[in-house]
Amino acid sequence: MSNETLIPSPRTITTEPRRSDKVFRGIVTGGGLSSLVVLGLIAVFLAFRGFEVLREEGLGFITGADWSVTLDESANVVESNFGLSAMLVGTILCSIVAVVIAVPISVFSALYLNFYAPGWLKKILVAVIDMMAAFPSILFGIWGFLVLMPSVEYWGKIINRYLGWIPIFEVEPYFFSRSPFVAGVVLAIMIIPIITSVSREIFAQAPLDRIQAAFALGATRWAMIKAVVIPHGRSGVVGGAMLGLGRAMGETVAVYTVLNIVFQINWHILLGAGGNVASLIILKFGEAGEYEIKALMAAGLILFLLTLAVNAVANVIVKSTGKSGR
Amino acid sequence: MSTVAIPTKPWAKSPQDRILGLTFLLAAIAFSYFFVAVTEMKGKLAYAFVFFVAYGVITSTHSFITRGPQAAKDSFVSTLVSLGAVVTVIPIASILFTVVQKGLPGLHLGILSNDMSMATPTDPIPTGGVLHAITGTLTLVVLALIMSVPIGILTALYLTEIKGRFAGPIRFLVQAMSGVPSIVAGLFILSAVLYPITKNYSALMGALALAVLMIPTIARTSEEVLLLIPNELREAGTALGGTQWRTVAMIVLPAARSGLMTAIILGIARIAGETAPLLLLTGGGDKVNPNPFSGSVGSLPYYIWKSFNAGSPEAITRAWAGLLILMILVLILFIAARALSNRKMSK
Repeated sequence: MSNETLIPSPRTITTEPRRSDKVFRGIVTGGGLSSLVVLGLIAVFLAFRGFEVLREEGLGFITGADWSVTLDESANVVESNFGLSAMLVGTILCSIVAVVIAVPISVFSALYLNFYAPGWLKKILVAVIDMMAAFPSILFGIWGFLVLMPSVEYWGKIINRYLGWIPIFEVEPYFFSRSPFVAGVVLAIMIIPIITSVSREIFAQAPLDRIQAAFALGATRWAMIKAVVIPHGRSGVVGGAMLGLGRAMGETVAVYTVLNIVFQINWHILLGAGGNVASLIILKFGEAGEYEIKALMAAGLILFLLTLAVNAVANVIVKSTGKSGR
Repeated sequence: MSTVAIPTKPWAKSPQDRILGLTFLLAAIAFSYFFVAVTEMKGKLAYAFVFFVAYGVITSTHSFITRGPQAAKDSFVSTLVSLGAVVTVIPIASILFTVVQKGLPGLHLGILSNDMSMATPTDPIPTGGVLHAITGTLTLVVLALIMSVPIGILTALYLTEIKGRFAGPIRFLVQAMSGVPSIVAGLFILSAVLYPITKNYSALMGALALAVLMIPTIARTSEEVLLLIPNELREAGTALGGTQWRTVAMIVLPAARSGLMTAIILGIARIAGETAPLLLLTGGGDKVNPNPFSGSVGSLPYYIWKSFNAGSPEAITRAWAGLLILMILVLILFIAARALSNRKMSK
């Protein structure tokens, strides 16, 4: 009888993956790195195309307010002036108006959804608000222009009549139509669903034991919210607001549709003159020559970096709230 | 003798409470009506505003008298918070209503079988149609899907299955990418592909930009779905001797199938109405273009944009009809996504 066959020969075990797994991991890692590659390429290509203009204009590209090109008969550029400051001011103005209007409304409706609405209504409202977040921006733009604008102009006149002594509400000359305020209201309606759903998720993570403890101590619903939910969710709401701000800054079609684009720095939100970097690109693209296209690429780069920074900060804030719990 | 306690519901509203609540509601309505009639304010909005203020004041006064200052604050906040929800919903209702009301007159029998190559903006509604726009949008979406679905799902697999060294930074970058403005995606393709390589408008150019916008949506939703797949399934796959590749391909992905479909549908909904990059990249032709790799191609958002900017009453009606079709498309996609993800939950 040969016993040798029953005793397995010693062998080495290994954690080394097989060749198929190596290939698999390679492919998946490659796919995973694509977002890095795409973001990098966006920055590289826009910078590469816009480099000439950025070098020519220097810091004036951000501080200047004039955007003009003079061509001779054979379409060569004689003189050009590219300054983004009017558009940057307009971008900031519109998106801040949007955030100021949207944040209170979103926070209230998130509180309503989490702590006041009956279950069936909550389900319906959440679905409807999520759906609104998926609506295309051109829909908001045209609806805002044809339906919303008359009422918003009327509100603008009321604000001007009672609060006109505050510098930003001044209107001189008396011209209200297609103002940054109108654009801000349209943008606010677009970002309310985003801020609402971020705030709703943050509020829903408020520790249940503390909520119940507050009720057990005799707190009213508002007292509970003030003591437990708001301290828990405060920075999350800030993050959500910044996500909305990022969205509002990059919005193109809706703003172009409602806003009267004028190349002049205008801090008066009710006056019918404004701009936005993204809508500048659409406005000038159709008629732009080769050199002006490069300037538009540079403008796109500035917009890209701006939204990237805002979004990055927003994501860090939202994420850290979710983890720490308080 | 023992008395049996009768079960009561002390938390339920008594008929008296209901009558009181109704009275307050009616009082607030009446007050808003008189207030608007007396002062110079006008419009539906004024009614709504005065109504909410009046209702808040009445209920909180009642709470103050019966239950003290804390309760008064509480009922005032209740009114405020429901006002927030109402203000959130009003625009949606208004948008849906306006689009249906103004879009319906623009629909006609031939709208899905004609294109705009023979129609000018001032032609009556029954000439022309959206055939070129529908086929163009379909081409764009299909091309964008072919590019973004593999990349999006691979990214999600990297984040959930491999969990490599770069998982943290990549999760961060995907979120950053979802915030890239659509116009920047358009400019990127313009500068990286259209000018140096193809030098011509085409559906492929538009689809490239749409894919950039779609990848983060698909990647993030798929990641959430894959995280819901129980780890036991993966362990079972490995225990049966499967390599990681077989486990993922044969067990994890099939288990997540309906969730991944949801991710893809949400991605389509994200890009179906995207306008800005198409304005830069597709040219927006009025004829059906069967070649996706060359030549200008129409799409629904471009059609709406063009009609709206043409400005004549007929063109505006066409724009509303286009918006109605686009909105129905987005609604169908959205409902499909919901239905799929709900089925997954109930399993």
